[in-house]
Amino acid sequence: MRSRFFDFRILFVALLALPHAALAGEYRLTIDRRDVNVTGRPVSSLTINGQLPGPTLRFKEGEDAVIHVTNRLDEDASLHWHGMLLPPEMDGVPGLSGFDGIKPGETFTYRFKIRQSGTYWYHSHSGTQEQAGLYGALIIDPIAPEIVKAPRDYVVVLSDFTEENSDEILRNLKNDSGYYNRGKRTVGDFFHDVGRDGLGAALRNRLDWGDMRMDPTDLADVSGYTFLVNGKSPERNWTGLFNPGERVRLRFINASAMSYFDVRIPGLKLIVIQADGQNVEPVPVDEFRIAVAETYDVIVTPKDDRAYSIIAEPIDRSGYARGTLAPRDGLSGEIPPMRPRTVLTMSDMGMAGMQGMDHGAMGDMKGMDHGAMDDMKGVDHGAMDETKKSSGAAPRGWADASTPPGMRALRYADLKSLELQKDTRLEKREIVVRLGGNMERFIWTINGRKSGDAEPIELGYGERVKLTFVNESMMAHPMHLHGMFVQLVNGQPADRLPNKHVVNVAPGSSYSVMMTANEPGEWAFHCHLLYHMSAGMMTKAVVARMSAEMAK
Amino acid sequence: MRRAIPKLSLALALLASTGAAWASGPHSKDDPNRETVIFWGAGAEIDGAQFDWFESKAGALVNWYAYVWAGGDDLKFRLEAEGESLDGAVDSSELRALLNWNIADFWDFQAGVRHDFEPAGLTWAVAGFQGLAPYFFETEARLFVNEEADVAFRFEQTYDLLFTQRLILQPHIELNAFAQNIPELGVGAGIADVEVGLQLRYEFTRKFAPYADLVYERKLGETSQITQALGEDVESTTIRLGLRIRL
Repeated sequence: MRSRFFDFRILFVALLALPHAALAGEYRLTIDRRDVNVTGRPVSSLTINGQLPGPTLRFKEGEDAVIHVTNRLDEDASLHWHGMLLPPEMDGVPGLSGFDGIKPGETFTYRFKIRQSGTYWYHSHSGTQEQAGLYGALIIDPIAPEIVKAPRDYVVVLSDFTEENSDEILRNLKNDSGYYNRGKRTVGDFFHDVGRDGLGAALRNRLDWGDMRMDPTDLADVSGYTFLVNGKSPERNWTGLFNPGERVRLRFINASAMSYFDVRIPGLKLIVIQADGQNVEPVPVDEFRIAVAETYDVIVTPKDDRAYSIIAEPIDRSGYARGTLAPRDGLSGEIPPMRPRTVLTMSDMGMAGMQGMDHGAMGDMKGMDHGAMDDMKGVDHGAMDETKKSSGAAPRGWADASTPPGMRALRYADLKSLELQKDTRLEKREIVVRLGGNMERFIWTINGRKSGDAEPIELGYGERVKLTFVNESMMAHPMHLHGMFVQLVNGQPADRLPNKHVVNVAPGSSYSVMMTANEPGEWAFHCHLLYHMSAGMMTKAVVARMSAEMAK
Repeated sequence: MRRAIPKLSLALALLASTGAAWASGPHSKDDPNRETVIFWGAGAEIDGAQFDWFESKAGALVNWYAYVWAGGDDLKFRLEAEGESLDGAVDSSELRALLNWNIADFWDFQAGVRHDFEPAGLTWAVAGFQGLAPYFFETEARLFVNEEADVAFRFEQTYDLLFTQRLILQPHIELNAFAQNIPELGVGAGIADVEVGLQLRYEFTRKFAPYADLVYERKLGETSQITQALGEDVESTTIRLGLRIRL
């Protein structure tokens, strides 16, 4: 009897343990249309398991992920695991590598082995469903202990929520590409500029932009957003708790459809330890600009017994996302005055890019040395040379985040891989990826072609190539390659180039990355601004298994 | 008029078949990704004025312009209606069915048909350009040829001047010219008329904007003499109150 009882206990424990082992890394997600209340009144939205954002999925490196996704919409849906290394048919892009989307009422089971760790996210890759609410965080704990131990670990999903129908947004942009720009230059701005720069310079500036038929206030194509932290509006104030002196890890994910953010926590140094899920040598900064679909993990150590505000301002300054770190619930951090909105300059047009644009009147664009563009050189992601800025001057140029003097903003050049890169070969060839389009008509292209007519980027298996992005437009493009990391060519040693899944390419500039084509299949390659992708800025990279000499 | 209707329907059929050919055309066959995404848009401006504010005679003036388009980035079908009525009687009314080809970043080439219901039932072939000229001038330049081989030309331009993000002053100009006298229309060869205006609109939203429009119209040249001979005014100034709608 005694031994029997003992057996029974073992069985009991085994039964408890068994489903746990089998279910480890298994999730059931249901895509549905529900009412959500974000802005104070219920709005019909797409949800995952009834939530916006969807639930945070947590996996352990090395385990098998099994994710059952049921589509309860009356249209095709999909989920894509952003930044994950996985078989191409599990990547979740309809029309690629044999995946055909999830039909209404059907369930698709994604299965893949987790080969990495870090902060990632997931979202729909069908139409504009991502804007409508289909996104969430995907966190993978490493097998090895975390490099930095933090007793508090919070996901901070930034997103841009709109009550407008996402397909309607694209249609409005097709009717009028300036539809959502409520920051255009006015008669008053002109007289203000006359006062500041003189009549001649102000007039010349207007004539130059008019000549090109482009708008220096075109920072974000879509506005009217409520900016959310973990699904909460600024009023509802998402709060993460800490004990003073504790380390807090914040996993920032920009799950926005269209919005870049300048992120800071006044009063705290941000130690950046991960970019796009990949460990980097810690970089202490005061703020960082996060492109759409990027992730940054930062460590903060709030010492005081008070609330700290997490402030994320979109670059068009049409609002802000805000959360709070607080020692207890119910506190609310101070909200600093909003920073000024920048104005694009002629150099955001890119002198190199301008030859490539057949905007008719480009030929007589000269005399670039006047008023608006003198202080813009060496544009690097997110950062301005703060010493150059005189107080009171209006912010100039895409990269100008109005970082106060003495404060440091993260730059791509700061990112240095913590792990050694295995493949440090030089490229066998360079592939130029031109980013352009027709802003007046809201058409966006890669190498002059829309997604329907795009030429795929052909890569041999194992091949080491350099991708050079040439941005011929005056908008930034967060370029995302599925299935493989690229390495920023950012001045770090070859074995320490940082891995990225999204590369921000600033307006009118070029940026190069290296990559090893070691994941066979068809992979989506696109601008992660949702409406740019929808309007054509997408192609595919095909990694073909070829003969061995291709690879060497 | 009697001859015009069959011609109009013929032309419309031609347009329709071109449109159908394009819709099923070079796309879609082999590559599932090559579908043409179809968008649409529509809008209208309608306004009214009382003549007696400025003129000795009285009269209620109504002007309308409406359009609807559907299509892809390269080719769009566009339907436009435009007209004017005075004291309840329709002075001029025309309908245009056009295909817009995107030929340059800022320009569409247009071709199609126009049918006038008033003042005379005339059908015209249309060719022209529509787009954004340097310095942000919205521009339309169109050539019309009717069944009698009469040639007409119309040029329109507008410019948006923002006082605020919502209060927008739009100077506009329209000019009509003819290659010959057209008695049915009461116009003579040369520049027939010019209309300049200042429209001040307030955009409650992009899609809903009431406006006031100060418009000066004047007949010129031969047309002016014809008008005078008919005992009508060669110039007029009106303040129109209207509504601009976009869908």
